Amino acid sequence: MATEFTVPDAAAKAAAAAQASGEFETERMSLAMGPSHPSTHGVLRLQLELDGETVTKCDPVLGYLHRGDEKIAENMTYNQFVPYTDRLDYLAPLANNAAYATAVEKLANLEVPARVNAIRVITSEMARISSHLMGLGAYGIDVGAWSVFLYSFTEREKLYTLFEELTGARFTTSYSRIGGVSRDVPEGWTDKVLGFCDQFLPILDEILKLLTRNKIFMDRTVDVGIVSAAEAVAYGLSGPNLRGSGVKSDLRKDRPYWGYEQYEFDVPVGSKGDCYDRYLCRGEEMKQSVRIIRQAIASFPAGDHYAKDAVRIFAPPKAKVLSSMEELINNFMIVTEGPQMPAGEVYFEAENPKGTLGFFIVSKGGGVPWRMKIRGPSFCNLSILPKVCEGLLVSDVVSVLGSLDFVMGECDR
Amino acid sequence: MTAPAADDVTAALTAQFPQAAARPSGDHPAFNVPAAEAVAVLAWLRDAQGYDFLLDVTAIDWAEGASPRFTVVWHLFSTTAHTYIRIAADCTDDAEPAMPTVTHLWPAADWHERETWDLLGVKFAGHPDLRRILMWDGYPHHPLRKEFPLAGIETELPDIEVAEETQAKVIAAPMMGGPFVASNKGEMNLTDAEPRAKDESWHEKKAKPE
Repeated sequence: MATEFTVPDAAAKAAAAAQASGEFETERMSLAMGPSHPSTHGVLRLQLELDGETVTKCDPVLGYLHRGDEKIAENMTYNQFVPYTDRLDYLAPLANNAAYATAVEKLANLEVPARVNAIRVITSEMARISSHLMGLGAYGIDVGAWSVFLYSFTEREKLYTLFEELTGARFTTSYSRIGGVSRDVPEGWTDKVLGFCDQFLPILDEILKLLTRNKIFMDRTVDVGIVSAAEAVAYGLSGPNLRGSGVKSDLRKDRPYWGYEQYEFDVPVGSKGDCYDRYLCRGEEMKQSVRIIRQAIASFPAGDHYAKDAVRIFAPPKAKVLSSMEELINNFMIVTEGPQMPAGEVYFEAENPKGTLGFFIVSKGGGVPWRMKIRGPSFCNLSILPKVCEGLLVSDVVSVLGSLDFVMGECDR
Repeated sequence: MTAPAADDVTAALTAQFPQAAARPSGDHPAFNVPAAEAVAVLAWLRDAQGYDFLLDVTAIDWAEGASPRFTVVWHLFSTTAHTYIRIAADCTDDAEPAMPTVTHLWPAADWHERETWDLLGVKFAGHPDLRRILMWDGYPHHPLRKEFPLAGIETELPDIEVAEETQAKVIAAPMMGGPFVASNKGEMNLTDAEPRAKDESWHEKKAKPE
């Protein structure tokens, strides 16, 4: 007997009729998550196919933030591209600036002074802390813990004030130049960084205490979105996402650059590869970054903030440009034609907060690259989504997204 | 299995694949291999040499008129020995460049190959799902090709309904007088305004060709 509904709902009636006749059919539902969704951290769209609340298929749709950075790079000089690197992983611009400059310096076969390397280490580790703080805060919100965000953002603001003093900008720093950094460290700045480190560690512990043994947080993350070590390698994951799966891979240890081999630090790895492990790795990495910063400042070398012998690459100091003919000509040539590079191919990647950011530069000589391929870690990290999300609940997709800590700026480039 | 030192991998690779030739490189060992052998070389590097991590698949466009015009480049990394290797293969067809896929070796190649198809128009034969990834489905151009202007080309909006409703199009970026090449001689077209339109074949030490 067919059930009569008081509400004239055609679908419910049809379902009831189908159930009565013994042929109850369910349809899979298609759900678009994003491109403007709080948990997609930017403009990522997930085209989900659902069976009830279970995800049966996940198809990430990218490109909403595609700006053609690689095309732009082919059309401007090496120094002009520095501001574009800010906008790759826009949560850690200082790390991108330095990685890009190092790639080009490698092409030029240019050694930079020890002071430049130390500055790059310090700023990159600060960028790592600020990026992980952002990731942590946003992840907290994603899984329902509001307060973490307030604490982590307060700390991040302190870092941004330090960035502002160093580079003149809080967010898009454009600090690197090919062959050095745009300006030397201001007097007393390193002491302020140490001051930040001292007060940061207790607060970080407090922040992590809000989550690490939090029952709700653990329910949302433990055993959710497990990525095995073999899968992580096969899909090209990097950074905390790879280490969370138990692969002890960190370029700062494996292929030290900027003199990372001088500093003592540990590389945290996860045991299971679930969302919780990835979160734990990030928390610990911030503590290790503080360790590195302290060591780098303790042994901060004196010297120049740019390679003095690179006269065709690094623009001379402004005062000299205005007073000396030779420097004026050099400055003019570097600005108009770009730093002069030999022909060749190089690939350099640095351990950025989100993973390994790589630059593959093909040069035919001159001041403009012929081809520059940017390996955005978030692009590779997201490619595992269809695999991980299959079989999860919709609410777990949010947990997985937050734990991968991606940023669309470098994913879409 | 750990990856060997640079000299060893050169010797082993050339012994295993006699057609592989060293490629000029500013840093890591690099090799040119024939397109037909590329997958075999990459599989051998992964299984016998420990290069287990595919970093990147991309292509280089050597511009219209060059032959071979497209070179596909793979970057591999060994998570055990911490060394890189670069493998390059020229596409045999300049008009319709194609390369066999490596998605069966590394799932990571999936998106990289889609991106290379999308931006450079290199088809990866055997790829399970070769759709565009950064540009929208149905976009008619491959923007990283050298003949594609930096400003872009006017195209239809991806959404037909919106396009009909608004009559709007995806327009080329206005770059006239922009940071690239500017002229003081009146109107310039988009191609003239691009950096590559700048004639750098002459300067004060070398006379302008007639």
